[in-house]
Amino acid sequence: MRTVAVVGASLAGLSAARCLRKQGFDGRLILIGDEPHRPYDRPPLSKEFLAGTMDESALSLEADGEDLGAEWLLGMRATGFDRDERLVRLADGSAVRADGFVIATGAAARTLPGAEGLAGVHTLRTLDDARALRDDLARGGRLVVIGGGFIGAEVASTAYALGLEVTVVEVAPTPLAGPLGHEMGTVVSSLHADHGVRLLCGVGVKGLTGAERVEAVLLEDGSSLPADTVVVGVGARPNTEWLHGSGIALDNGVTCGQDGRTSVAGVVAVGDCANWYDPAAGQHRRVEHWTGALERPAAAVATLLSGGAAEPGPVRPPYFWSDQYGVKIQFAGHAAAADSVTVEEGSADDRSLLAVYRRAGDPVAVLGMNQPRLFMRWRKQLAQASAQASALASAVARS
Amino acid sequence: MKIPVCRLADLPRGEAFRLELDPPVSVFHTDDGEVFAIDDTCTHQDASLADGWLEGCEVECPLHASKFDLRTGAVDSPPAKLPVRTHQVLVEDGMIYVEPSEAAPNLPPCVGARLAGGAGGPA
Repeated sequence: MRTVAVVGASLAGLSAARCLRKQGFDGRLILIGDEPHRPYDRPPLSKEFLAGTMDESALSLEADGEDLGAEWLLGMRATGFDRDERLVRLADGSAVRADGFVIATGAAARTLPGAEGLAGVHTLRTLDDARALRDDLARGGRLVVIGGGFIGAEVASTAYALGLEVTVVEVAPTPLAGPLGHEMGTVVSSLHADHGVRLLCGVGVKGLTGAERVEAVLLEDGSSLPADTVVVGVGARPNTEWLHGSGIALDNGVTCGQDGRTSVAGVVAVGDCANWYDPAAGQHRRVEHWTGALERPAAAVATLLSGGAAEPGPVRPPYFWSDQYGVKIQFAGHAAAADSVTVEEGSADDRSLLAVYRRAGDPVAVLGMNQPRLFMRWRKQLAQASAQASALASAVARS
Repeated sequence: MKIPVCRLADLPRGEAFRLELDPPVSVFHTDDGEVFAIDDTCTHQDASLADGWLEGCEVECPLHASKFDLRTGAVDSPPAKLPVRTHQVLVEDGMIYVEPSEAAPNLPPCVGARLAGGAGGPA
């Protein structure tokens, strides 16, 4: 393999480029990114960066003096992939030819129909989004956050600390029920009320009003919430439109094996756009976590460089964190697999707890609120159990 | 300056001991039986590395995913970008001692500011 093109220049793309060099690839390396920026860290965009306590230079993911010997094509969107010619087409009409490809194009924030062109309405995914939102939050006033998920909750928490009057609107009866389950979703989202942030659940958004700038959010129950700024945090969709018709199988992102391989030889996918097979669960799972984008490229790059002969190592259970109202929230595993959840340490009332999710008595996930030490012990234990389960699944698959 | 930590027999392999210096230092006893000391605070954010995930000669921060090499202090993955300071370890008559480094620590901005009286940046 003489040339590898990495499409996507955020955490997953940068991690893939680093892994390529670390695993001995010394050929031509090209990184293509649709944003004009060098790789930067996204988690602070809803927290310290938005709060103004962290500046832009601190967001950089690259170390001082780091040189991967790569060619960077930034501000350049990929528009198509040709499997026969083995090239990626770019928005300016040019193309990049390579022997191997890493697809790391991430995901884009979902928007609200009808919100286009209305000033004061934001999504939060990129540095440019965060700059624009920060400027609007500096005006103060009333913020309405549509969506009580992690992005929405973190923005609400940051805006509260900046002194805004904040309301969060969530269509589901319980926020965070998907990632955390109903019981713990209720506990974590009660942080809003603790701080005087209004949380409205079980009510949908009908639309937005305002001529040039947003004035209010209209709810399905007929009420109206006056707003100076609105943040739409209703999830993300994988950036894979450019691969339609390319022959690369797509289903909720790029369909991948447990080692990151796609349906086309010499092409692997990582990060938020990649829907990896999880052998322990026996199904595909697209994981939108920072740690997945950091850790999985090592396996995908090994697959790419070995032509698929590398044995995939165990993948750790998905792990994410969130910081809200000064509380450190950590979660690992899959809540949806659980049939019970018990608080093993601390208490919901204290907003400091460790909760273990179990299925038929076996731990499948763990949640910590301000319990980093205990949480790490459980997370490690979960990883060991998951490694054993996937080794067993691989052995069964081979026999 | 030689600071006593604890008896080697009282620190099982795979465990860490947090020494309450300013800034704190953590002492790790690896699965291979080696003992290392590094600054306890992650260089990215205020987190105790003694609470981290010890594997071989590396510890992963309990909050995010940065891993530090206990031998050199080097960091191998983001979000941290700076190494942690390492300290000399001595084991004499079954007792662990740390000789604190005189180099400047790489503390995260929030902690650095606190130690500097809330005014400055990282020390």
